[in-house]
Amino acid sequence: MPSNKSVSDAPIAQFTNCRLLRGRRLQREDLWVREGKILNPEKLFFDEKGSADVQLDCKGCILAPGFIDVQINGGFGVDFSLATDDFRSGIDLVGRKILSHGVTSFCPTLVTSPPSVYHQILPQIDVRNGGAHGAGVLGAHMEGPFISKEKKGAHPEHCIRTFEENAFQDLLATYGSLDCVRIVTLAPEIKRSSEVIRELTKRGICVSLGHSVANLSQAEEAVQHGATFITHLFNAMLPFHHRDPGIVGLLTSDKIPAGRRVFYGMISDGIHTNPAALRIAHRAHPKGMVLVTDAIAGMGLAPGRHTLGQQVVEIDGLNTYIAGTKTLSGSVATMDTCVRHFLEATGCSVETALEAASLHPAQLLGIEDRKGTLNYDSDADFLMLDDSLHVQATYIAGEEVWRRDALGM
Amino acid sequence: MRLVILEDYDQASEWAAKYICNRIIQFKPTQGRYFTLGLPTGNTPLGCYKKLIEYHKNGDLSFKYVKTFNMDEYVGLPRNHPESYHSYMWNNFFKHIDIDPNNAHILDGNAPDLQVECDAFEKKIEEAGGIDLFVGGIGPDGHIAFNEPGSSLSSRTRLKTLAMDTILANAKYFDGDLSKVPTMALTVGVGTVMDAREVMILITGAHKAFALYKAIEEGVNHMWTVSAFQQHPRTIFVCDEDATLELRVKTVKYFKGLMHVHNKLVDPLYSMKEN
Repeated sequence: MPSNKSVSDAPIAQFTNCRLLRGRRLQREDLWVREGKILNPEKLFFDEKGSADVQLDCKGCILAPGFIDVQINGGFGVDFSLATDDFRSGIDLVGRKILSHGVTSFCPTLVTSPPSVYHQILPQIDVRNGGAHGAGVLGAHMEGPFISKEKKGAHPEHCIRTFEENAFQDLLATYGSLDCVRIVTLAPEIKRSSEVIRELTKRGICVSLGHSVANLSQAEEAVQHGATFITHLFNAMLPFHHRDPGIVGLLTSDKIPAGRRVFYGMISDGIHTNPAALRIAHRAHPKGMVLVTDAIAGMGLAPGRHTLGQQVVEIDGLNTYIAGTKTLSGSVATMDTCVRHFLEATGCSVETALEAASLHPAQLLGIEDRKGTLNYDSDADFLMLDDSLHVQATYIAGEEVWRRDALGM
Repeated sequence: MRLVILEDYDQASEWAAKYICNRIIQFKPTQGRYFTLGLPTGNTPLGCYKKLIEYHKNGDLSFKYVKTFNMDEYVGLPRNHPESYHSYMWNNFFKHIDIDPNNAHILDGNAPDLQVECDAFEKKIEEAGGIDLFVGGIGPDGHIAFNEPGSSLSSRTRLKTLAMDTILANAKYFDGDLSKVPTMALTVGVGTVMDAREVMILITGAHKAFALYKAIEEGVNHMWTVSAFQQHPRTIFVCDEDATLELRVKTVKYFKGLMHVHNKLVDPLYSMKEN
């Protein structure tokens, strides 16, 4: 049928025969897309007297917003903490490869490193939209170096620093620039952290608590100053204790400022957290769950040795350790694997599992008006999934950027 | 009139949908010669719309050359409000079929000049060559569209203030809160519907039984505006058993006895696939 649009001549695509995630549930509705955004078909019909130019049959698939990974250290041999002159091609490679995992936006994550590394790498990270070239880059996640030596995990101790002397100026000098920084993970027990958190929050940078031995009241104070995220809950922090729940206690704290929500990242690969712990966190605070991969360079590669920042790690199946030790370091699980594992381990609804990887990270970063949902006027970044949540196709700005071929690759 | 009595709501809805389907297909609409359909909203026609959508999805019926004119719309309700008649028609009908949006006409309850809007609507109907089949319902107070008791039987499209009966009946769509129900609406007039070449009134449920009795067994009366169709040359009333509860046994028996004649109108059910 010829379309007759008074607002725009751009072609309109109508995705039919699907169940889309909207209004927190899967609905039998068609998805309409124009100029890279999700279109309101009722408005199109009555205001513009327009109709679709092309109809695509989704064959009963689930349509979900594209996944957003806010903690990914690399993959496919690329290490985001390794300073090279050709850093950009590393970002490009990972950005392209993770499309098949359903990730349409991500935050390249840098682990604790020397200032020289930050000064070399950060200028090479461009915040940019996704497309056929790969998932969109939302900005860098700086996981360190202002963390606790006691909870360093796989981070190199000699690079860990404090900002006790000059607070925010120390941080700025260490990183060199904050232009493309989106998230900073720090340990709030470090002196003068409140000032630093306030300065970062003022600049629209999300502050996350992690790799820390903070107690609950230190964590609550950090939240009051602006922190909104917890980096890989349970890992690299004090264990939950019934008289001092530590950072974990933020999930049920009554000292969170009104109107704010604390989100927490979890690596639901079945290794970094016992499924029972995943369930406890989910049941305590379901709306705060943010699935992350914390993927390292070895993700997508065969078992063996790979670098992670200044260290060497060893991959064996889904397990990765610092070479020669039993210390976990990052994961090699993909985002869609994490979503499926989360669904299975918690017995939650499909909608909940999908939201933990899309809506919640978008809310964390304050971008849910254009990412993380299939609402009208949002960016048309979405996935076609089968009933067991395997990604069949990935779309960014309404264009197909990846499709599973007949061989299942 | 024809009084077609089916056993229950589903069968009445299906009979009505089949009739509409056959009328459209037999008309053989094409570019330049559209079939014009008048359409209602409310609970009663939902089953009929579902069946029409089914025929469309099966490939048996296309609305490509059909023009529609809805009966009414609330005044002052935003067009995208879930209870507006625009929303109703989009969600329950238009979004599932292949009608050209330029051919789907609904009164605009937010127009800057409401009377101008009504006059323009009448003009559009005239320009479309008049209505071939106007489908309507009946209110518990016997009204057709929003032609409340007391409306002139020769009225045209205009602004009406809703009667308390109607507001009460509509409250269930506004969380039971009377203050949220619109009090005014734009509606086609009784005269406007009388101008249609054919009229089909859908009436189901015991709560409509008294209105049906007043409409067809008592006189033509502006207090029960559906009664005006006693004077229309081609009217069909499609109802279920419950809607006949207030009628005389004699009336019901007579028309039930004619069902074999009525059923010839829907059997065979035509399909555009054969063309």
